[in-house]
Amino acid sequence: MATTPVTTATFEAEVLKSTTPVLVDFWAEWCGPCRAVGPILEEISNEYGSKIKIVKLNTDEEPAIAMKYGIVSIPTMNVFVNGEVVKSIVGAKPKPALLKDLEAFIA
Amino acid sequence: MSDVRNVVIVGSGPAGYTAAIYAARAQLEPLIYEGSVTAGGALMNTTEVENFPGFTDGVMGPDLMDNMRKQAKRFGAELITDDIVEMDLSGDIKILKDGSGNTVKAKSVILAMGSAYKEIGLANEKRLSGRGVSWCATCDGFFFREQEVAVVGGGDSAMEEANFLTKFASKVVVIHRRDSLRASKIMAERAQANPKIEFVWNTEVVDVLGDQKVSGLKLRNLIDGTESERSFTGLFVAIGHDPRSELVKGKVDLDTEGYVTVDGRSTRTNLTGVFACGDLVDHTYRQAITAAGSGCQAALDAERFLSH
Repeated sequence: MATTPVTTATFEAEVLKSTTPVLVDFWAEWCGPCRAVGPILEEISNEYGSKIKIVKLNTDEEPAIAMKYGIVSIPTMNVFVNGEVVKSIVGAKPKPALLKDLEAFIA
Repeated sequence: MSDVRNVVIVGSGPAGYTAAIYAARAQLEPLIYEGSVTAGGALMNTTEVENFPGFTDGVMGPDLMDNMRKQAKRFGAELITDDIVEMDLSGDIKILKDGSGNTVKAKSVILAMGSAYKEIGLANEKRLSGRGVSWCATCDGFFFREQEVAVVGGGDSAMEEANFLTKFASKVVVIHRRDSLRASKIMAERAQANPKIEFVWNTEVVDVLGDQKVSGLKLRNLIDGTESERSFTGLFVAIGHDPRSELVKGKVDLDTEGYVTVDGRSTRTNLTGVFACGDLVDHTYRQAITAAGSGCQAALDAERFLSH
């Protein structure tokens, strides 16, 4: 399934209360590496959507959530399980490297 | 893909895209591997490029690269947004493997992998990377609004990062090992005239402090050897680049610093049918325009090679 945007209004329901692991991609329009990794996350979402939900949080539009999770570098991809950050991936990576980082969630 | 391509270009950026434009116009039907996350090269993380000829009022780095990409495509270059992960360049037919497991064969290969940013080489720099240590001011500067940040380096990229960061940070401190800047005059003067930028000369960063995120730096004065600590929430590292030649190490000749060596003024490597261009071969100039120029040379060298 395709990735979906999340906002302050939907963050709790979509991320914190999700029953499957959720990867939150903290990104912004003006960030080159974010745009590079976007299509890769889209592919991973299409291929592994039943195991991990991938959502996108625009740090320009939702600075409060970005600040809450201490984001100072984008893209940052945080994996949430039961409302807690269990993994944090910083920086754009090729698909095989991301899949390896996400191994525990998509195996 | 079982057919043998005339030419495969590895890497995008000004060198790779220019090679693709020329090779496509020579009807070599080039295939260019742009890189899955490095497509467009180093200029994708810059803001305004003011010195690329033909753009009177400057051009945004990503826009310039997007234009080159479209130009290559218009003449029939085939673009793939993936990485080459393995190369066998020794035979007449070169064999390349991409990140999705496909194999491509080619009569000639143009290497244009560019360069990667240098790290200072401190353990805590790595540990706090993405937690205040950054190599991309345009990506991360936004998160340092009204804070004090440090930039390490004395070249054009360091000056550009410092100037850019003053849009957000309350103060930007440039820390440089020498007592003068390596940057071009216009960039140096602009930074020195910026009231938000302070310069700390003859000083190196010996440690990055902070538990969960950067809280400061330990500095050493290189003249009298004294050490001091200073608080910062961010550290932007801009101390230069290393050629991205790991993939061809032990395959084509490299110099002691890892740059691919080429024959005289050509782009020919020591292997027949393998050409190299851009930051991968250039210690000296490292400009968008020189990279583009050498990409053009590589395509012409490859064309000449293929016609014999």
